[in-house]
Amino acid sequence: MIGGLFIYNHKGEVLISRVYRDDIGGPLNGVMILLDAFRVNVIHARQQVRSPVTNIARTSFLHVKRSNIWLAAATKQNVNATMVFEFLYKMCDVMAAYFGKISEENVKNNFVLIYELLDEILDFGYPQNSETGALKTFITQQGIKSQTKEEQSQITSQVTGQIGWRREGIKYRRNELFLDVLESVNLLMSPQGQVLSAHVSGRVVMKSYLSGMPECKFGMNDKIVIDKQGKGGGSEDVAKSGKQSIAIDDCTFHQCVRLSKFDTERSISFIPPDGDYELMRYRTTKDIILPFRVIPLVREVGRTRLEVKVVIKSNFKSSLLAQKIEVRIPTPLTTSGVQLICMKGKAKYKASENAIVWKVKRMAGMKESQISAEIELLPTNDKKKWARPPISMNFEVPFAPSGLKVRYLKVFEPKLNYSDHDVIKWVRYIGRSGIYETRC
Amino acid sequence: MTDSKYFTTTKKGEIFELKAELNSDKKEKKKEAVKKVIASMTVGKDVSALFPDVVNCMQTDNLELKKLVYLYLMNYAKSQPDMAIMAVNTFVKDCEDPNPLIRALAVRTMGCIRVDKITEYLCEPLRKCLKDEDPYVRKTAAVCVAKLHDINAQLVEDQGFLDTLKDLISDSNPMVVANAVAALSEIAESHPNSNLLDLNPQTINKLLTALNECTEWGQIFILDCLANYTPRDDRESQSICERVTPRLSHANSAVVLSAVKVLMKFMEMLPKDLDYYGTLLKKLAPPLVTLLSAEPELQYVALRNINLIVQRRPEILKHEMKVFFVKYNDPIYVKLEKLDIMIRLASQANIAQVLAELKEYATEVDVDFVRKAVRAIGRCAIKVEQSAERCVSTLLDLIQTKVNYVVQEAIVVIKDIFRKYPNKYESVIATLCENLDSLDEPEARAAMIWIVGEYAERIDNADELLESFLEGFHDESTQVQLQLLTAIVKLFLKKPTETQELVQQVLSLATQDSDNPDLRDRGYIYWRLLSTDPVAAKEVVLAEKPLISEETDLIEPTLLEELICHIGTLASVYHKPPSAFVEGSRGVQHKRLPGSAGSGESVESPDPGAAATETPPAVIPSQGDLLGDLLNLDLTPTTTTGPPPPTTSGMQMGAMDLLSGGLDSLLGGDIGGNPAMGAAFGAAPATMPASFNAPGSGGLDDLFDLGGGVGMPMGALNPPKAVWLPAMKAKGLEISGVFVRRAGVIQMEMTLTNKAMSVMTDFAIQFNRNSFGLAPAGPLQILTPLSPNQSIEPLNNLQVAVKNNIDVFYFSCQYPISMLFVEDGKMERQVFLATWKDIPNDNESQFQIKDCHLNSDAASNKLQSSNIFTIAKRTVEGQDMLYQSMKLTNGIWVLAELRVQAGNPNYTVSSVALAIGPIINQNGFENGFTNQAL
Repeated sequence: MIGGLFIYNHKGEVLISRVYRDDIGGPLNGVMILLDAFRVNVIHARQQVRSPVTNIARTSFLHVKRSNIWLAAATKQNVNATMVFEFLYKMCDVMAAYFGKISEENVKNNFVLIYELLDEILDFGYPQNSETGALKTFITQQGIKSQTKEEQSQITSQVTGQIGWRREGIKYRRNELFLDVLESVNLLMSPQGQVLSAHVSGRVVMKSYLSGMPECKFGMNDKIVIDKQGKGGGSEDVAKSGKQSIAIDDCTFHQCVRLSKFDTERSISFIPPDGDYELMRYRTTKDIILPFRVIPLVREVGRTRLEVKVVIKSNFKSSLLAQKIEVRIPTPLTTSGVQLICMKGKAKYKASENAIVWKVKRMAGMKESQISAEIELLPTNDKKKWARPPISMNFEVPFAPSGLKVRYLKVFEPKLNYSDHDVIKWVRYIGRSGIYETRC
Repeated sequence: MTDSKYFTTTKKGEIFELKAELNSDKKEKKKEAVKKVIASMTVGKDVSALFPDVVNCMQTDNLELKKLVYLYLMNYAKSQPDMAIMAVNTFVKDCEDPNPLIRALAVRTMGCIRVDKITEYLCEPLRKCLKDEDPYVRKTAAVCVAKLHDINAQLVEDQGFLDTLKDLISDSNPMVVANAVAALSEIAESHPNSNLLDLNPQTINKLLTALNECTEWGQIFILDCLANYTPRDDRESQSICERVTPRLSHANSAVVLSAVKVLMKFMEMLPKDLDYYGTLLKKLAPPLVTLLSAEPELQYVALRNINLIVQRRPEILKHEMKVFFVKYNDPIYVKLEKLDIMIRLASQANIAQVLAELKEYATEVDVDFVRKAVRAIGRCAIKVEQSAERCVSTLLDLIQTKVNYVVQEAIVVIKDIFRKYPNKYESVIATLCENLDSLDEPEARAAMIWIVGEYAERIDNADELLESFLEGFHDESTQVQLQLLTAIVKLFLKKPTETQELVQQVLSLATQDSDNPDLRDRGYIYWRLLSTDPVAAKEVVLAEKPLISEETDLIEPTLLEELICHIGTLASVYHKPPSAFVEGSRGVQHKRLPGSAGSGESVESPDPGAAATETPPAVIPSQGDLLGDLLNLDLTPTTTTGPPPPTTSGMQMGAMDLLSGGLDSLLGGDIGGNPAMGAAFGAAPATMPASFNAPGSGGLDDLFDLGGGVGMPMGALNPPKAVWLPAMKAKGLEISGVFVRRAGVIQMEMTLTNKAMSVMTDFAIQFNRNSFGLAPAGPLQILTPLSPNQSIEPLNNLQVAVKNNIDVFYFSCQYPISMLFVEDGKMERQVFLATWKDIPNDNESQFQIKDCHLNSDAASNKLQSSNIFTIAKRTVEGQDMLYQSMKLTNGIWVLAELRVQAGNPNYTVSSVALAIGPIINQNGFENGFTNQAL
């Protein structure tokens, strides 16, 4: 299991060091040597990080980096590496939930809190309950002196209980829930316009403000469910809904979802955590609506000039508007000057990023726009050809490129007197670009 | 108020100031001071001098302050054991606190203070906490047992904590169960043989129930523990799989991978024709693909694991090639791993796409990545024959870029392509020769020299090219020197007239001026060969080389099996067994996959013809990982290019003795320095030569192969050899063999064929314990024993280990039970009659032998030659009843009744055995029959 957990700043100075097991070097000096070893071999290494798992002096270090902060777990045993990384991410989430962005200043400002958290969520290197909802009930910086006995046992039963993510007795005057379907659409296209790979990775994010211990049931136009229902119902239904259903390659759920029920009935039922959480993640690869098509044209004119023309076409209902459109056209390292003409929006050559960045605020569906650039190059003797990185694109569209639709989200709370109809529900679809690249 | 100010106090008299503040009356000030102390501790300052002052602050009802003091104690108690005692009282008191959070905190912290004196005081509070009414305290106490065990294992056993811990597996709270499982698994690891984690269907059921209810981390502990269980049969295996599969949709990748581990392991036990098996395979692919959309670090771990999974079960991901395409922004470690998997999944169906991608990658910036991409193109050519031509032309395009490392890498792979498709792509040699000057890496130089030597007759200026390398002979690396020596000798044999001077020069450089023994020896061998018999030299040096196989860089199968058992862990990331990087007793246990249902695996390819004519799938020694060995452990074999010199090798083979037979005069067949090897067992001096085929000595083995067969009694069993250990599974060592009984001795005849590219030496053999006590005599090698026999395997299954200089290989084979029948197995008539009656019915078994067209007399004769003796015969209602006896080497008598009906090809046999149950089954009889009847 995890032998020790360390947090460094970008200079390699130790901000937090918590040792769980003696085998990683004993107290004091041994650990200091280890801390140094990681700093020298990884943080200060001349090369780019070659692996997130490093073995130094027969100790394995597993690390992640958040902005300028390094989190490293050290161990001498054959730990479950996947678990350690999941834990490190979770640790970041917990810290972010307590004090916002993970920065050197925030870590230093909250070091007592971090030690307290580390003591609670990692015992002898074994991760324990790390749901922020539960942790916040008893790890505060105000002390918990005032708690009554009932409150104490409520805390402990929540932390260890089956529903560790929600406490009892939550009350809202207005029962409300917000459902966001957030998708990122990924594309790799060849210069000829052939789709090399495309997939949507989506998330259903919920914000729930519901009283009591509500039982929820979530439904979407999942092909398997619709087909199943179609068999039972009339044939008209199948024709109607079968078209709109989508094939989900795979999905994963928040731990509140009853997985065995999903496995047998493919129904998504759960008691939600209070507040923000991610209900599910999914991935689709079939029948994806690609919101934009990028058509590049690169022509080398002699050895010192490049002509680039890029056309973008929007491919969705003309009543919808895409926003925050940005096209990034890489330029060779030897670029000395760029001249740009674009039909819409603003374009700029950013020398520091070796790219032309073309921004368009809004664009309706079924439209087309283009940019042309003339790039002057410095003459060089370098034999190495320019690698021509792909043209990438960013955007945001108000629909789900996978075609996913929320069919229902039912709420049942038998003990309290509110029904499904009383709950105010909001649903929103946002499609964003993931890695959306066209080779040129 | 922020805490960062505590990090900035670096004044000189700091310690004294802190001391004063710690002893202050004001609570706030005290707390501030403790915070400062902790901050100093974090940055590595020694604040142990403040120990008594800090401990004084322990008695407080402020939980935050208490936690800080505890933190300090955990760090410094060991350096001040005497003072630490001062804290004991507070701990013991806190363990009785009405607040469960404080009780848990106390017991948790106490376990972390590794001071013997304190440990003694820990026992009582711990015992109470293990039975606490609050689950939060119990789950903390469960982990505390593991802590205590780490400090003082004996104490934990003496105090009976292990039993309490076992009871907690049945706790009502799922988190307590999960922590108890984690603690027990850890303790069990340091007691490999204890039955601590007594996994039986009942406990498994409890764990599976808790699995649905506990936290994500708890699910991981439970799944990892489940993976250590071996189900009794395929039904149990299936039912566990069914209950584990829902976990594949968990958001936590570790839960997913641990579930994959359980499924991969238990799948081994499912019959392949089962519908559920196919369903399971289909279910595994999507979650594995989903792992690739996780954060890059997790992707990396997932990819390393997928690499193993793909090697074990390629069918799972064969349609998922696209998801392994490299993204421009992937971190380099993800890119390199994806590339590896792309090659593994490459097939005729997707090769066009793959090649287009690889070509794209070869123009990227990162040198390691580009090299690997180039190498991958070559591997595709070797793997998918249809694509070879396109791969070669792609490689030529890349050579034209003149980028130094691309050219070198391309030349190395083109050499391999030549090995796979000789006389097909030699037209490119001219292009390669143009780049001779730019090669500065030993591997590329060696490859180029090999090409020049191999195709010397087609390169007009081969002598000049090689001569140019010769100038700096002593500055070259060994690899290049050896290659150069061989290449020039080849050249000389091909064009003797012009190159005499050159060959003399290189021979004298190698033999006189070099202090490298390998080089010197090779030089001398060539020299002598050339001077004594040039014709033989030609045959040896220019012999046809075995083709290289398509799959490269495969992980050795036993290691792969072990790594599959470690999916998700560091072992699977390093691709090394835990024993390679874990110190001490932990992780030394080798895990194995359970055997598959039925005995399908042990009887492989009974047709010797097919096995012999198949092209030898030699394995290319894995190219050193470009990333460099993760662990700096030198496990990567050095690559030998070209054929190594034919070397003789000794082989040691002990004779076998029969434990109870008394026939234990032994013959240690130790014949060294001879390519043929004797492998006879028992007393008879009949030496059955087996061929030992060193690479490069193509025809040699024919001379020695199977010259035996002399003195075989007519009509005795002479079954064909079956392949017991295919070369694929044993780094090129193929073993085929057969068991026979000759002149009263059991013999195991084996043919060992070396299909790899390097010489194998130091052979040794050992058998696993088996039902009839067969064993080779002679000195035993120190070997790891094979995992205990699975119950489903037949009695006459023999597990054998053969060792050579490369590795130890395990295989199992079945010996025909008829081989165990001894010559004096004829029972007296009266004795037979008496015995027949005396044996209880339980010992009887009955079966039919089908399609045997012999009359009873002929059958009786045939059986007699296999030491099955007919005692009596009578005819009842047109049926011939033969009463027979046989005796096994371990003294067990078997009596049988054989019913033969004229015209009916099916025989009915009922057999009874003395002392033990009906051990004779169809096998024995059928072996006695069918092989002769055919």
